[in-house]
Amino acid sequence: MSNLRQKILILYSRTPDLNSEIGAWAIYDGTGREHHTTGDSDTPPYPSVLAAMRDGWRVMQFPQQFPAYPGMELTTSYLRFEYILEKMEEVENG
Amino acid sequence: MVEKRYLLTSVQMANFAADGLLRFDELIPEAINTEARREVEEGLISLRYEYQGQPLANAWPDSQGFGAMIRLPEVRGIIESLVGPNPLYDHHAFHKVGPGHLEGQIWHADAIIDTRLHFDIQLFYFPHDTPREMGGTMFLPGSHFRRIHETDIARYQNFVGQMPAVCKAGTLFVAHHGIWHCAQPNRTDRLRTMFKLRLNPTVRQKLLWNTDDLQDPQIPGILSRNHRWYGNDDRIEYVNRIRFWRFLTGDERWDMGYWLTRIENTPERVVTQQEA
Repeated sequence: MSNLRQKILILYSRTPDLNSEIGAWAIYDGTGREHHTTGDSDTPPYPSVLAAMRDGWRVMQFPQQFPAYPGMELTTSYLRFEYILEKMEEVENG
Repeated sequence: MVEKRYLLTSVQMANFAADGLLRFDELIPEAINTEARREVEEGLISLRYEYQGQPLANAWPDSQGFGAMIRLPEVRGIIESLVGPNPLYDHHAFHKVGPGHLEGQIWHADAIIDTRLHFDIQLFYFPHDTPREMGGTMFLPGSHFRRIHETDIARYQNFVGQMPAVCKAGTLFVAHHGIWHCAQPNRTDRLRTMFKLRLNPTVRQKLLWNTDDLQDPQIPGILSRNHRWYGNDDRIEYVNRIRFWRFLTGDERWDMGYWLTRIENTPERVVTQQEA
């Protein structure tokens, strides 16, 4: 088994622009070194998706953009601009 | 009916429409808080649901803690302003988070996806001091109109503008049924308790509050509050609030920022030759 483990950073951008400010975020750390839970920080880890990329995070998923379903144009639901980023980090005794 | 002086104002109702939440710090007297804590410790209020759909007035008639809390005129005024007189008991729960519990609950909205303009309210009553290291409940102001189903939002962890219920004993939060929330870790060595109670209206929720300030010029600004976490959806959130305010006031033409008036303008009158 490889010694690399995946760390996931999910950034919810305020617009589809990767320079846009972040409205919400989550971190899931496959190395086990960090543990994150709801409400554990009040400040985004990066000011934008691009700032995270500059720190070595690779973008794994771009949010696709769909036109609103007829009748749902004025409905809000999930956060729409969800960028999933990853880093691969080494662990000991992997 | 409760006396008018205990009803919410239009400004408070606008804040409820914008945030999905109102907070009343130290509203409940300490004598009731003390009794409520005793009722929890001694198991005097059942953890099981009471008969659902019964009038709230039937609930816990002899209780000097939780029962007395919901009978306070200040609390009755809040309830009547939002869901009217004679609301129904939906369910209650004592949410307990033990000492040293370091995992936050996942984000969720209660019950199931709910498309009504009519709304239930949930009371979140903290009968003891709740500093940040004790939790309490984390709320996301402005999330109440989002159509999601319960824990479908569990992937999220943090939002700009999230608000932990950090409060003194006797504080009451009253939320729209759609508010996103989650219990927070308790890093203290003491048990944290929060009492939650959901209520259903039995009347049309229209102008139930003290409407003396219905034309207060602050109201459009309050309803335009930007909670920032939703980014480009801000204008759609305003539209949802306009629709809710129309529902609450019965004024189907009310608007702010011209958001709905503009897209409702679909004239059909044909130009006459004389006008052309």
